[in-house]
Amino acid sequence: MSTQSEPANGRLLSYADALREAVDQEMARDENVFTFGIDVDDHVAIQGTTRGLRERYGAGRVFSTPLSEDAMTGFAVGAAMAGMRPIHVHIRQDFLLLCMNQMINMAAKTHYMYGGLLKAPLVERAIIGKSWGQGPQHSQALYSLFAHIPGLKVVAPSNASDAKGCMIAAIRDDNPVVFTEHRLLYYAEAFVPEEPFEVLPGRSRVCTEGTDVTLVGISNMVPECLRTAELLADAGISAEVIDPIWLRPLDTDTIIASVAKTGRLLVVDNAWTACGMSAEILACVAESDALAGGAQLARMGFAPTTCPTTPTIEEDFYPNPATIASKVYSMVKPGADAWAPDPEKAKLAYQKQFKGPF
Amino acid sequence: MTDQDFARLYRSLKLIRRVEERVAEIYPSDKIKSPVHLSIGQEAVSVGVCDALNPDDYAIGTYRGHALYLAKGGSLNGFMAELFGKIDGCARGKGGSMHMIDTAARMLGCSAVVATNIPIALGYAWKLKREGKQRAIACFFGDGATEEGVFYESLNFASLHKLPVLFVCENNALAIHTPLETRWAHHDIADRVRGFGIPVHGNRDMDVLAIREIATEALAGIRAGNGPVFMECHTYRWRQHVGPNEDFDAGYRSRDEMRKWVESDQVERIGAMLGAGEKEAIDADIENRIVQSVAFADESPFPGPQELMTHVYAE
Repeated sequence: MSTQSEPANGRLLSYADALREAVDQEMARDENVFTFGIDVDDHVAIQGTTRGLRERYGAGRVFSTPLSEDAMTGFAVGAAMAGMRPIHVHIRQDFLLLCMNQMINMAAKTHYMYGGLLKAPLVERAIIGKSWGQGPQHSQALYSLFAHIPGLKVVAPSNASDAKGCMIAAIRDDNPVVFTEHRLLYYAEAFVPEEPFEVLPGRSRVCTEGTDVTLVGISNMVPECLRTAELLADAGISAEVIDPIWLRPLDTDTIIASVAKTGRLLVVDNAWTACGMSAEILACVAESDALAGGAQLARMGFAPTTCPTTPTIEEDFYPNPATIASKVYSMVKPGADAWAPDPEKAKLAYQKQFKGPF
Repeated sequence: MTDQDFARLYRSLKLIRRVEERVAEIYPSDKIKSPVHLSIGQEAVSVGVCDALNPDDYAIGTYRGHALYLAKGGSLNGFMAELFGKIDGCARGKGGSMHMIDTAARMLGCSAVVATNIPIALGYAWKLKREGKQRAIACFFGDGATEEGVFYESLNFASLHKLPVLFVCENNALAIHTPLETRWAHHDIADRVRGFGIPVHGNRDMDVLAIREIATEALAGIRAGNGPVFMECHTYRWRQHVGPNEDFDAGYRSRDEMRKWVESDQVERIGAMLGAGEKEAIDADIENRIVQSVAFADESPFPGPQELMTHVYAE
């Protein structure tokens, strides 16, 4: 577990600007760091996250590529093996599927199958989309596919401060890192230290403390869980919200310690539940000797279907603070009638501009 | 070319041939804990190209990588111990026959998933280009790899950025057991590669001297910053796709088609160019080195249990 101390010189920064600042600072620090991918240097600049970098560091270190994800991932692996620090960017996580061969057969295995002689320190940035009709192929969250693989690290920061600290840690890490971003978090602001800092792998964070239930959120589901905790307070339920931050290596000790206290765990994944991070976290907790008395375990995630484009049913595809709160209520008060938060409050909570830090 | 050049080429060709024959002999004993894809018959491609490389140039190969590894100067002891699954193997026994590596010799790893090594070479080449020391990387692959999408993606990117890569296609006309005619819509790979603005040079006879000359010329252009060059070297696999034996009884090819390759065997050809005393001395030295490497592999211990979880992540 780590706690984020109040930064002395933090400024309110958006998630997107925090990512940009992290890459900028690392490129200034180490000339082996470079960033590339489809449309990295166009006017949109990956929603601002690469803005100004080409002007500052030149086309040799910031460049757009052909639409060749497979080769470009292998290129990154080779450059990393040769001692560079590539950051390969994908505007949507769905395109990571084109990188699977190189990520799993090469990047993940380079260090092991060559007896430790080589390493592949690369970062694959990939953004999860949601809403505005992202539909079947712009909304997928595929991090658990990569978290399955020994040799890969996976991170999913949920706020601007962690976005910066995790990006710097990922760039400096000697292993391949799948860096999961969420498009809806891009505008979320938090106090972010100006100087470079690392949010290291394998440390979960307790975002808010509580006594009745442990809520573990992943990626965009962390702010959703924090909103849920506010709604539950109205019903007299105290929720402890935990952000694992890094999905591999995964710090389950912090989660288990929390569940030992609350006796209840609800994992809310920003992905499908089958064979995913929620399954992994629940299994680790269920296997733990620290919970001799047992605990109530439950999970939520995407509906087990393809994400539809039209908003009326797309809304039902995702957990939201109201559905999460109702689920928690039924766990804490199993005999009671079903409960839902005040729709107006839930609506407000859901739409409220989220601001960190935790 | 000097007598020294011929002696060096012969030493490399013969070493590979004899090591591979020795591997095939040992294989039934089950001491070799790895599937072997032997290079017997294909030595001249690796030897000709590697002789044109400088020691500080790189090479990267495939699961049929024994010839390349040895031609690039990879440690013979490390090779044999790796085949035996021992801790002193070049990859601590964790890679085996298909993943030979010797970073000191600038022999990068070999890969068992066809064509995966091609874009890796681009990444290395990117670093070499930035470094500006006129170094290059030779990327070896078979005809089957040219059917993977990543091959074309890689040609395009290498040409676009004028990367210092020598692409070497070892065309033995077989992908496992499937012949070229049932895989290629158009028989000439050169036509496809030229479309990316990459010069193509070929050798149909597996003439080690011609291959060496082509590679030398290609590398001069690459070092001058002219971008990648593609070499297609026709060759022939004498043994099974995987395993130590011949397989002419399997029905997918005839012994007849091997005849012309045996008649032009480059090991014999270059050997005949040397004086008798010199050839015998080289042969004796090679036999001695092989005996020593087998003894080294035999004596090296198997990895201990702690090795299972070592190097999962770089620290």
